[in-house]
Amino acid sequence: MKNFIKEFTKGIIRENPTFVLVLGLCPTLAVSVSVVNGIGMGIAATFVLLGSSLIVSLVRDFIPDKIRIPCYIVIIATFVTIAELCMKAYSPVLDRALGIYVPLIVVNCIVLGRAEAFACKNNFRSSFCDGLGMGVGFTLALILISAIREFLGSGRILGHTLIKGFEPVFVFGMPSGALLVIGLLLGFFNLLKNRKT
Amino acid sequence: MNLQEFLTIFISAVFIYNVILSRFLGLCSFIAISKETRPALAMSSAVMFVIVMSSAITWFVYRFLLIPFNLTYLRTISFILVIAAFVQFVEMVIRKVSPQLYRAFGIYLPLITVNCAVLGVAVLNIDMFFMNGKAVAGSFYYSVFQGVCVGLGYTLAMLLMSGIRERLELCNIPRSLKDFPLAFIIASILSLSFMGFSGFKF
Repeated sequence: MKNFIKEFTKGIIRENPTFVLVLGLCPTLAVSVSVVNGIGMGIAATFVLLGSSLIVSLVRDFIPDKIRIPCYIVIIATFVTIAELCMKAYSPVLDRALGIYVPLIVVNCIVLGRAEAFACKNNFRSSFCDGLGMGVGFTLALILISAIREFLGSGRILGHTLIKGFEPVFVFGMPSGALLVIGLLLGFFNLLKNRKT
Repeated sequence: MNLQEFLTIFISAVFIYNVILSRFLGLCSFIAISKETRPALAMSSAVMFVIVMSSAITWFVYRFLLIPFNLTYLRTISFILVIAAFVQFVEMVIRKVSPQLYRAFGIYLPLITVNCAVLGVAVLNIDMFFMNGKAVAGSFYYSVFQGVCVGLGYTLAMLLMSGIRERLELCNIPRSLKDFPLAFIIASILSLSFMGFSGFKF
């Protein structure tokens, strides 16, 4: 049990996919305009991570080593298609907001990275915890970035105005603001790490 | 199908909606391989070639396989498989035909399969040039042309970035900002300048 908790928590802070491993940045930057989009993307990616980690760890003994990457991609793409169709059916507004970035979860390096680095070597229980932890870590990172961007870019968080009379800086809602926020955040986390050692 | 349409695609794909600086596709390779100009150029030419070929192939797959058999929901799976198979094939051909070229961009080729720019352009072509499950007139030419333009945009961003980062090698920068953080901040400034193309108003 303790082992599973360790697998789960490592994805949130120590090996956070966004800030420590620096993986899967394309969707992170593109959809983090508002917190709602960030949460939607986070949930979709977590679902894909969980499903693909589980299946890959279950079939890892049957997959020949040479063609393992195409096999993983097919498994991942199946879950992405499920997520895509569910999103289209239950939340068309979110689907339109996320646009082409939903099918692009297939090529998100986090998902393939976890399949290749963890799920193909471990049993399905640890892989499940690992996938869940990575998914939650990714979602939290998305929420952090999108909260900063939404607040600075439009003066609101989740549609609520926080400070009256705050003049929004539109650049933060634009692509260049996303790159600036992630650059400064990465620098900040590096600073914390350097302080510790 | 007219010239104006092609011009619009060119301007919007290269400048206004630059793949990297405004759509964030292929960001991983952009940050990782833009430290020097030569590898950056090799990578961009490899990416451009794969994007152009895969936009043509995925157009055929979508138009002649997925639409007639009513399988459009298999778009993501079929596209990524076709792209992966194509990249593998190109790698094998290059290794046999020209070992020199293979050494030049051989290591980057496998990486291109998971480059979001390739799948992104394929999906974007379908979204833009197919209306209600039917191909727009001339959509094949538009798709391939958009592939070329996106490749050009990728090359442009890559060259700008690697040029800047080569000069920064000699500068004294804070330890915490080294590598990734600084690369993102530079990309942010580049993206800010590209915003001028879209007639952005403050």
